[in-house]
Amino acid sequence: MSEQDMVLRMEGISKAFPGVQALDGVDFELAAGEVVALVGENGAGKSTLMKILCGAYRKDAGCIFLNGQEMEIESPHHAQQLGIAIIYQEFNLTPNQSAAANIFLAREPRQRGVGRFLNFVDRRRMEREAQKQLDRVGAHVPSTELIRDLSVAQQQMVEVAKALAVDARIIIMDEPTSALGEDEVDTLFGIISTLKAQGIAIIFITHRLDEVLRIADRVVVLRDGQRVGGMPIDEATPEKIIHLMVGRELTDMFSKQEAEIGAPLLEVRGLTRRGIVEDVSFDLRQGEILGFAGLVGAGRTETARLIFGADHKDAGTIRVDGTPVRIDSPVDAVQAGLGLVPEDRGLQGLVLKLPVKENIVLPTLDEHARVGWVDRRDLRSTARSYVDALNIRTPHLQQRAMFLSGGNQQKVVLAKWLASQPKVLIMDEPTRGIDVGAKAEVHALMSQLAQQGMGIIMISSELVEILGMSDRILVMAEGRVAAILEQAEATQEKIMAYASGEINNQIVNATSNTTSKGAQV
Amino acid sequence: MSSVKSAQGGSTGAVAQARGIVWRAIIGRQEFGVFVILLTMVVFLTLSTNTFLTSTNIFNILRAFSWIAISAFGQCLVIITAGIDLSAGSVMAISGLASAMLLVRGVSVPVAVIAGSLTGLVVGSLNGLMITKGRLPPFIATLGSLLMARGLCYGLTGGWPVRDLPLTFRNLGQYDIPVAGMGVPLPLIFMLVFGVITSVFLSRTVWGYRIYALGGNETATALSGINTDWVKIMVYSLSGLLSGIGGVLMTARLGVAAPTAADGYELDVIAAAVVGGTSLSGGEGTILGVLIGAAIMQVLRNGLVLMGVSAYWLQAVQGLVIVLAIMFDQLRKRRR
Repeated sequence: MSEQDMVLRMEGISKAFPGVQALDGVDFELAAGEVVALVGENGAGKSTLMKILCGAYRKDAGCIFLNGQEMEIESPHHAQQLGIAIIYQEFNLTPNQSAAANIFLAREPRQRGVGRFLNFVDRRRMEREAQKQLDRVGAHVPSTELIRDLSVAQQQMVEVAKALAVDARIIIMDEPTSALGEDEVDTLFGIISTLKAQGIAIIFITHRLDEVLRIADRVVVLRDGQRVGGMPIDEATPEKIIHLMVGRELTDMFSKQEAEIGAPLLEVRGLTRRGIVEDVSFDLRQGEILGFAGLVGAGRTETARLIFGADHKDAGTIRVDGTPVRIDSPVDAVQAGLGLVPEDRGLQGLVLKLPVKENIVLPTLDEHARVGWVDRRDLRSTARSYVDALNIRTPHLQQRAMFLSGGNQQKVVLAKWLASQPKVLIMDEPTRGIDVGAKAEVHALMSQLAQQGMGIIMISSELVEILGMSDRILVMAEGRVAAILEQAEATQEKIMAYASGEINNQIVNATSNTTSKGAQV
Repeated sequence: MSSVKSAQGGSTGAVAQARGIVWRAIIGRQEFGVFVILLTMVVFLTLSTNTFLTSTNIFNILRAFSWIAISAFGQCLVIITAGIDLSAGSVMAISGLASAMLLVRGVSVPVAVIAGSLTGLVVGSLNGLMITKGRLPPFIATLGSLLMARGLCYGLTGGWPVRDLPLTFRNLGQYDIPVAGMGVPLPLIFMLVFGVITSVFLSRTVWGYRIYALGGNETATALSGINTDWVKIMVYSLSGLLSGIGGVLMTARLGVAAPTAADGYELDVIAAAVVGGTSLSGGEGTILGVLIGAAIMQVLRNGLVLMGVSAYWLQAVQGLVIVLAIMFDQLRKRRR
């Protein structure tokens, strides 16, 4: 393709967040009427790249050319004016307004005459224009219909119509099929073909490789913030794409020490929360680290929350140490000997306004108190001992948690659970967004805890971490257990294959000859 | 602030350094900003009037804000959990009324006082239950009980005040303890006692720690295995109890329980807490700050009267001071 045909060219795009290089010199290009699938593991940098394109983030380095002209995209509003629209997984629609009102949100046509000065909306014109856009995407939706009365697929069509109404030339779709049923996916692909024929370029972000092969003209693969490959779709195969996505060698940065595996500590059977987690069963044994792998939205965090009683479960039983326990709330879970290091430190793990000391002792306050009276010296020495043991870098114990670095914040969350001496510790993305040094420390600590007989569930989206730290690996896909693999038989390719629902045995066999157990689609 | 005296002895350099640290610790305290405001007002009024700094006037001020302050201690607990208790004024009225109605029926003073205070506790517990088990937002739940409690006052009395309360009861609010030739009002003593108790409760007990944690991050607190519903029920109950105690003292001082008593006081109570540095977004606030906040509001009221400002302008000035005090506090926080 020549320079001329490119509606979009991104060159050497870099973006760093505290502790992470999210993007490192990424190139990306897009021609008119082209559908490009952007794929990569969680955290590979897909969303960051797209957020830069639609003005939500500013890039640190690199250039963006639109129709051959260099552009500085300053804000989401600016991106919209330049003809770039993004359709997020979570729709940005107002449920109590009509499709027409949503399509013309912030650009409502004014009435002519006196009404114009009073900012009266010309509703009839708005509904008529909106209907044109809806018809253009082939949506059989009256523009007067309220958003809340539409199906998810219809809402998505409204989003597409909204993008067209602002004359978008580039439409980014972030996991557009994740909420759709089989038929609706067909409809969406029909719409994409229509848009293509009108010369609109589409960036399609997805985890589902079968869809990539079906709809895309070209595929671009990101890994660890870098572009690791790209190819026209007729050269692409699932094996090739998966290999590019994960193609990393295990490094020896994981200090996993072998621990003696003992009797089952946590037995989960038939855990279900309808529509989110379906019939999840597994055992966690003493001294074992059980890795939870899967894509974002596969139900791993939700499973952890169900076990911990943070959400209501529809079915399922839990045994701890062989005894059935009833867990209806986190209070019950803590009593039963469970601990949870949640996904989001700031929102769920820490009270950021409070000092390090208070955060560490929060779950164990009762142990540092006599008839409700806090023994402040005991409390301080406990906090001090964990700060020292975990090497938490804080100027003093009274430092508010919000002023610590990500790695040190995570260590405070860990300290808080170690102080409560749980039998089972569930860790959701324990090393996300923390620097390499802190990461190694967290890993070493996990090994140490396992050696002391603790059972650990580690949810991680980083395959290298999963493979490096786990004794066994439970792969989830669409709310179900897709496979439970022994460490020895697990490979990155195999996990990805189970996780992306690309479970045609061909691939599994192509990458490894061992047969896997528990496979289900 | 008790640590001020700790830096003594040693070489002059060390003393200066220690003084620096202590000084910074004082400035860093949440209460410092409002304390400066209070001090400025007091100095200004002392210089510009010759009636302000007299023991009679000072004790008048202290007596007048004592029940507002006691209720504000409870309000402070609620606001630290990021909630609000709009029922404070009505609870003061209904508690005082309950005591009064028992007294005129010949019930002994201690029983009537306790029953009145417990009336507040009951309303507070109901608030807590509506908010946790009934899943109502605090604003709505306590707005409901504000109206219900007030309506109950009117309904029970038919609109008539309850008079002729026994002297032993009235003494609770009116008696001055003679100390070194001055009369220290009894309500002031009650205010200080409850202030110390609440402050210690908040800073030294397991429940206090949980109140701060809940207000700072409810999700994280719940995920730490703390029963957050219980903590909430407790703070609303305590807020009700303290408002109840304040209401009984107020009734004792006035010598009459009117169904219209304490009308709108919830706003004074909330203002005292907020001016005193309690953050409406939760997780921050101290009893000392609330005490200073309540003092500011009363000194302002008193000062304007002494300076001959028309009573009609009082509210406007009060509103201005609330806004300025909080802006000042925000500025101080941002600079840190």
